[in-house]
Amino acid sequence: MRSLMQQPFRTAVLVLVWGWLLFLVLAPNLLVVGASVATRDPVSFISLPLNLDAYRQLFDPLYLEVFLHSLYMAAMTTLVCLLIGYPFAWALSRVPGRRQLLLIFLLIVPFWTNSLVRTYALKLLLATNGLLNSALLGLGWIDEPLKMLYTEGAVVIGLVYLLLPFMILPLYSVFDDLRQELLLASHDLGAGRVATFFHVIVPLTLPGVLAGVMLVLLPAMGLFFVPDILGGSRNLLVGNVIKNQFLDARNWPFGAAASIVLTITMAFLMFAHKLSKQRIGEDGV
Amino acid sequence: MATPSDLFCHQLIRRFGNHPAVDGISLDVPAGTFFSILGPSGCGKTTLLRLLAGFDRPDEGDIYIRGERMNRVPPNHRPVNMVFQHLALFPTMSVGDNIAYGLKRQRVPAARRRQRVEQVLEQVGLPGLSGRMPSELSGGQRQRVALARCLVLEPTLLLLDEPLGALDLKLREQMKVELKHLQKQFGTTFVYITHDQSEAMVMSDQVAVMKDGRFDQVAAPEELYREPATAFVAGFVGDNNRLRGQVVSVSGDRAQLRLTGGAIVEGRLAAPLEPGASADLYVRPESLVLSDGEVAEGLSRCRASVRTTLFDGANSRVETDIGGEPVFARLPQHGSAPSLSAGDSLQLAWEPDRARVFGAATP
Repeated sequence: MRSLMQQPFRTAVLVLVWGWLLFLVLAPNLLVVGASVATRDPVSFISLPLNLDAYRQLFDPLYLEVFLHSLYMAAMTTLVCLLIGYPFAWALSRVPGRRQLLLIFLLIVPFWTNSLVRTYALKLLLATNGLLNSALLGLGWIDEPLKMLYTEGAVVIGLVYLLLPFMILPLYSVFDDLRQELLLASHDLGAGRVATFFHVIVPLTLPGVLAGVMLVLLPAMGLFFVPDILGGSRNLLVGNVIKNQFLDARNWPFGAAASIVLTITMAFLMFAHKLSKQRIGEDGV
Repeated sequence: MATPSDLFCHQLIRRFGNHPAVDGISLDVPAGTFFSILGPSGCGKTTLLRLLAGFDRPDEGDIYIRGERMNRVPPNHRPVNMVFQHLALFPTMSVGDNIAYGLKRQRVPAARRRQRVEQVLEQVGLPGLSGRMPSELSGGQRQRVALARCLVLEPTLLLLDEPLGALDLKLREQMKVELKHLQKQFGTTFVYITHDQSEAMVMSDQVAVMKDGRFDQVAAPEELYREPATAFVAGFVGDNNRLRGQVVSVSGDRAQLRLTGGAIVEGRLAAPLEPGASADLYVRPESLVLSDGEVAEGLSRCRASVRTTLFDGANSRVETDIGGEPVFARLPQHGSAPSLSAGDSLQLAWEPDRARVFGAATP
């Protein structure tokens, strides 16, 4: 106890960190776990007895379909982000010094505007009488406006737009660490470009790919306002289901159970990510 | 017709902008030689190595490997492999996969590959380690894996880019000897670049001393040490003392110099000089004889005052002062050393044939 008193700064930091973890991380999550096994109650939201009905409800074909469709849209988003982000990050890491910093800065600038506002801006672009259609009509490339808004494609475009930096940044970091000497060594040992790419570059950048996938796939299932604004009623994400359960349907146990399944999925992916890092080794000699 | 050399270069030039990093290099390395390129950082030796490996192309000149012109051949099709400065072992692959990488590219069947990997690991003294990851190896072991990865491909030429730089002193000494043994054992031609003159001297059959994109001298280590062709080589290879002065007389290949302090000393000319020219006399610490009285006939001599003695076992030296310039002399290992303390005056003497006189570099 005396040592705690003698090191007030250390004590303050420890109390702050543990307090934060206990009250703002552990406690809310336990409440969610608690809610997920409670019974739905129209007045007090949740009540006893405890049961697993909410989890059973998740396997209802209706919700299973929503979940799978959500997963599908999130997977498409991740794939598109990866296809754009991988070469982008590679090129970015090869840009010399100051210009590289500028480009990274430009990548981060959109975060200064609220993502909700940016999604509405996207809506103006994609709308039937929006900028994109007007431009295409004006150029004479199309005869009547394309239906872009309120489609699955619009949701994926919105998600890609919001989440692309989260794919690029971890990829950039692995490409930045990729030592030129290794590529030369591969070339020197008789490998051409294709063999070098698949045998050296891909394995070395895999941790970045996994990190990027993690940072895109899971938020992509949860960003409920994107389908709200761009997707119409058919293209729901798991995030929309959860939001609806809490705010509209007032079915807290079900919403909580859906959240937990999402969290467990995330934990699983993080675990896989960690394993891949261990396999490669820390110092990357 | 004689068999062509493993490596033959003619008037190689590589410029960056207006600056020639490699400026008219010609070299000829016979098969089975350990050839070192020694030079300070920035002398162009890395650029030269990149040209040989094929990572870069010369602006002028030709590269022949066993008689075949290599100028336009990409690295993956050259019979040349390289041990990189930081070794560049693939961290995602085991030792065995690292070594098998090149064999796989040559589509050597799996069974034969495994056999070759085990065999080469044995040869470099790491039997049974093919399952380890590079991160699990010590510095010296990684060194050997990097060598094995190249040697398993039986290249005509093995290039080594200061691979010992990252090792600690003791291990470096050990690896020097080992590299030399491995080179003899495999019989592969090694081209080794380094800025460490001791590495080059210990291991090489031939050393090229490089400065500002050119070779100052190409010779066996002993010749380089005893008969340096230029003042730069004399100063860069081994310890040396420099005495500045002016030529007063020349007879045959001997020259007499008047030092800045007024003393007249004698040495052998490396190139003809006229009386009156500024010149530097280089004499090695072990060529200096210390005495406080009489010296034998025929020796050149000069008075010096003691600054300090530096004890380092067999390499103990005394730092003296001749006309304000430091001059180091090896302390004799037998009992006849005069007792020395700072400020003492003594006589340094040397065989004039063992001192070299070069025209002073025009500043």
